[in-house]
Amino acid sequence: MSAPQSVTARKSFFESRRFGELAPLSKVVVYGLLLVWTVVVLFPLYWVLITSFKLPIDVAYPPKYLPFIDYQPSLHAWRYIFVDLGNDTFRPYSNSLIVASISTLLALTVGSMAAYALSRIQYRPRLGSVVVFILILAAVVLAVAAGGVDWRLAVAVGLAIFLLALRTLGRRFKRHLGNGDILFWIISQRILPPVVAAIPIYVMFQKLGLLDTHVALIATYTTVNLPIVVWLMYDFFVAVPKDLEESAQLDGASRFRIFIGIVLPLAKPGLIATGLLVLILAWNEYLLALFLSTVRAQTIPLLVAAQNATRGPQWWYMSVLIIIMIAPVVALTIALQKYIAKGLLLGAVKG
Amino acid sequence: MKQRLALWLDRQSDRLFILPSVLMILAFSIFPLLLSAYLAVSRFQLGLGGYQIRFVGLANFAKLLFGSEQYHFLGVFAPVAWPGWLLLALLAILVLASFRHYLRRGPVNALGVVGRTICVGLIFALGLLIATTAGLGGRLGSLSVTLLYVFLGVSTQFVIGLGLAMLCSQRIAGRSFFRVVFFLPLMVTPVGIAYMFRMLADMTQGPLAPIWRWFGLGDLSWAAQAWSARLVVMVGDSWQWIPFIFIVMLAALEGQSTDQVEAASLDGASYWQIFRDIAWPEIAPTAATVVLIRIIEAFKIIDLPNVLTNGGPGIATESLTLHSFINWRTLDLGGSAAVAYMLLFVSTVLSASFFNLLMQPLRRARS
Repeated sequence: MSAPQSVTARKSFFESRRFGELAPLSKVVVYGLLLVWTVVVLFPLYWVLITSFKLPIDVAYPPKYLPFIDYQPSLHAWRYIFVDLGNDTFRPYSNSLIVASISTLLALTVGSMAAYALSRIQYRPRLGSVVVFILILAAVVLAVAAGGVDWRLAVAVGLAIFLLALRTLGRRFKRHLGNGDILFWIISQRILPPVVAAIPIYVMFQKLGLLDTHVALIATYTTVNLPIVVWLMYDFFVAVPKDLEESAQLDGASRFRIFIGIVLPLAKPGLIATGLLVLILAWNEYLLALFLSTVRAQTIPLLVAAQNATRGPQWWYMSVLIIIMIAPVVALTIALQKYIAKGLLLGAVKG
Repeated sequence: MKQRLALWLDRQSDRLFILPSVLMILAFSIFPLLLSAYLAVSRFQLGLGGYQIRFVGLANFAKLLFGSEQYHFLGVFAPVAWPGWLLLALLAILVLASFRHYLRRGPVNALGVVGRTICVGLIFALGLLIATTAGLGGRLGSLSVTLLYVFLGVSTQFVIGLGLAMLCSQRIAGRSFFRVVFFLPLMVTPVGIAYMFRMLADMTQGPLAPIWRWFGLGDLSWAAQAWSARLVVMVGDSWQWIPFIFIVMLAALEGQSTDQVEAASLDGASYWQIFRDIAWPEIAPTAATVVLIRIIEAFKIIDLPNVLTNGGPGIATESLTLHSFINWRTLDLGGSAAVAYMLLFVSTVLSASFFNLLMQPLRRARS
């Protein structure tokens, strides 16, 4: 009896005594590593925070780490950003708020409708019709870009030809696509690097006279984030039981009413997680804003990026801007933290 | 009238549900893709009273691959040094092994062979490119730099993220605190991260300046050296994205059943044995998905190199998206679209081959 006991005693020094409970030594190692990473995460944020209270002279060598001890904190940078700059700070900030929140709401609405439909309704678009549509679209693009045809005319003619082709040829196409193909098509839009689409979108909004407006940014962000919403929400809707919907359908409720009244409330955790993710992506977006906005619709990442002015970056102002830029998302994330892990996991596990 | 409208809406509801998404994607993805393709084969010129677009065939691509933009896109070639040979040998072994596995495993069809040949050929060509431009006297172009960000960056992020998730899945006090804290960097705007790391990496007056001085490196500037500048970009990118891998892998680790693990640990299996034989096979598909998502997103990197180093020194930290953006700003629309299309091609082929060659077998193994 005594020999096995001593073996377990020796082993337990390094390994779990009981499953899940750590031996003292490995506990120290685990906590040590976790604390090291906590410092790696928090120190940069701490440094930004204290730099925002520094006078220019306090930023020079040697570095000052502790407010009140190493240096006297000052509110001059905060005053400059909020009072002296005033509208130059608030305008991009409110632009970002408007663009990010509206585009998130739109992407959630449009995307979850599509995701719900894909999880409940069988679509069977004909392969031939899709090919015809793409060919006509390419012809329209070519006619406008190379032929110099007025774009309204080209679109109208293209649409007419497409409808005509659908009426005459449509029934001959035998091969169908399924829901899986549509889902894959929507999700695969995420692979498309935004820079490929940026110039055409720029040209498009230029033609429409909508450059540097909220509309342009909202429409673009909504579409860019649509694939994520469809992907994540599809998994949620598949998991929602169908019994309630079926009995509501027997009672004569329309599909819209079922969707709004029954399905959406059930998928609320998924909506929150997805919405938060999309909101963050829209709030942080940089490249498309760079193409589509200059002054009036400038968003906050652009304002921060533009700080690298002639006199070199002024870290104290920069730090204030970074803090007010990340404060709302950080607060939201901490408040909704438990949802986001679930939301991300569902999408990632099922792929 | 109102009733008829409602009735009509209800009858069309199947289509109305999906139509908005399809239309938006057509307008903002498919149409731009086609217009971009047209721009990529044409030259844009500003003239009197407007602009003019001229068809030039594949000249834009030829310029990138063989002509005046070659140094920018591919880099400057140099004799291959031994790490380059090592990389090439490794790739060759990998390629041959995967082909052998494919031929042995069974149903071989033409599509599979062609697809594999394309992806394997591209992977080998890219390896060759890195080996020939990374040597002494060579210089990396924006393509190699992007690949560096993607593969070196994502693999580092995955290793650290998985490690943290494993630590955090232990039964210890304060787990939820660590979880929230580790998640924070994901929220920070990349532009903000870029400035943050410029502050932190400042070797003359940043918080680490005393350490650099102690090593006698106080006068050195990381922004002036190609490799240190790339390193700082990758550190900033990793700081942001490790949390993403961490949070998903943590959820995967916590989601797996504990019975098997408990039984194995009662039998005296070590932590590593348990991890390798029980935990890893179960979380591997999730790991593959998360890496694929990261690879797709990493190809699009622009904010960090643009703000942190402005693509410099020279073009040392320039990613493909930044390259394309710079071309656009200098009104070389054709060149910009050509770079964007190259990026689309490389990222699509690599993502697709990752999906087909690594993820599908993993899923098949699990089911």
